[in-house]
Amino acid sequence: MKSGSNLEKVLRAGHFAFTAELDPPRGTSAGEVRAKASYLKGNVDAVNITDNQSSVVRMSSWAASLILLQEGLEPNFQMVCRDRNRLAMQADILGAYAHGIRNMLCLSGDHQQFGDHPTTKGVFDIDSMQLISMVKGMRDEGKFMSGGHIEEPPRIFIGAAANPSAEPFNWRVYRLAKKVNAGVDFIQTQCIYNMDKFRKWIKQANDMGLTEKVYILAGVTPMKSVSMARQIKDEVPGMDVPDEIITRLQGVGEGKVADEGIKIACEQIEEFKEMEGVAGVHLMAIEWEHKVPQIAEMAKVLPRPRVD
Amino acid sequence: MIVAKRKPFKEINNMLKDYQKVLNVGCGTCVAVCLAGGEKEVDVLNAELDMARMLEDNPVELGGRTVERQCDREYLAELDDVVKDFDAILSMACGVGIQFLAERFPNIPVFPAVDTSGLAVNQGVGWYEERCRSCSNCVLGLTGGICPVTMCAKGLYNGPCGGTNLGSCEIDAEQPCAWYQIYERLERQGRLDCILEITPAVDWHNQVPRTLVQPGYKKSDRKLK
Repeated sequence: MKSGSNLEKVLRAGHFAFTAELDPPRGTSAGEVRAKASYLKGNVDAVNITDNQSSVVRMSSWAASLILLQEGLEPNFQMVCRDRNRLAMQADILGAYAHGIRNMLCLSGDHQQFGDHPTTKGVFDIDSMQLISMVKGMRDEGKFMSGGHIEEPPRIFIGAAANPSAEPFNWRVYRLAKKVNAGVDFIQTQCIYNMDKFRKWIKQANDMGLTEKVYILAGVTPMKSVSMARQIKDEVPGMDVPDEIITRLQGVGEGKVADEGIKIACEQIEEFKEMEGVAGVHLMAIEWEHKVPQIAEMAKVLPRPRVD
Repeated sequence: MIVAKRKPFKEINNMLKDYQKVLNVGCGTCVAVCLAGGEKEVDVLNAELDMARMLEDNPVELGGRTVERQCDREYLAELDDVVKDFDAILSMACGVGIQFLAERFPNIPVFPAVDTSGLAVNQGVGWYEERCRSCSNCVLGLTGGICPVTMCAKGLYNGPCGGTNLGSCEIDAEQPCAWYQIYERLERQGRLDCILEITPAVDWHNQVPRTLVQPGYKKSDRKLK
């Protein structure tokens, strides 16, 4: 056991993992975090807590993660390379671990230009690949990036992202291989809509033996509306939304689109359960935490396993 | 070359409002080539300043000189006898030249007339694109001659990131994704192995002022004037 986190235990035991996402508030309300967490408790194995997502200032990921721990949920502490240098990152990892955080998600981070402080200086002292290596070095060798010794190293279950949809497609699996070599334990993919492309990617990963070394959680985001589907298709970089999805959402008529979006997501989850190389699903129900219980129920992923 | 852009006129005019005798010093090298601060630009700016100050009822006596290079002591020396007639200097050189000028004449306020924006190539008349951030740690041999520090908006050493968008960068559809280009070029050259290995965290050398002494040379004990 690398970290002993619940997510690691569930995955090691061979269960199909089910994780969710929680966006910290644009303010100081612990109550808001607790309210969102209440929908997730008992329905997921771990909760990814975003880190200034879309480059917008929010309550810090580690702080919201602590609130989740208090609520009896397991956080995935997300850390992006945009806002901190290697000193601050390592310091936060030590502190997060000291408070009981056991999972991390290591990302480059959206460019600062998209956020609420577009003229800030992006740090990017290290990139996501180097962050993974750094956390692994801290955990397995008990060393800071500088080589300095760590007293009681942080035993973190290391996560990272992968986007099977983005171009150049042929490079995608090699980039995954690089992350595996860097020391990643689990992958949350970007939201998947093009299942054909995803199947190709996971087959490549299987053929290269990567899925024996890393747990892949397929990213699922239910569409709330036709306009959301169009926005993701046209405006979110690296996303691939096939026209069939938009046509299907348009076809169900007013007032029923959200339900259809959830239905599509559940069908995807059923498919992922059967797919070789996929170890679970990461559900990114954006500002839709209250729908997670219903989706978990419909996707037949309840009750969540307890592994000791 | 080093490229720069002239500051907005209002900003320049405001910096100089309390000075009645101003020497405007152009630079005949990089900033002249990129049409920001050579002899011609000195003349144009002086004409604008002269006109504006007259209209403001605050006339200014302007001098104009363009030296070959403001980053070279040899060329600054020709200003030694000129500056005494002025109470402020405006420099149209890059940030390097402006500082060297200020260092040579420490008793006279020196003001920048341009904003230096980087090391760039000339893509067309008046059109320059940055290509180097002078990081002191060149990886171009591994990246197909495309700089990830400069050309990737996040300066990633192991890209592309999730923001790569059908060959463009997430920041702008007009901006190519550097890592997409690196991949394409290395693939064409059969050299993808160059980026299969993880590039470790870089040792940033550009966080302190750097000094370069070429092999066979040494630093002088004293700064020549």
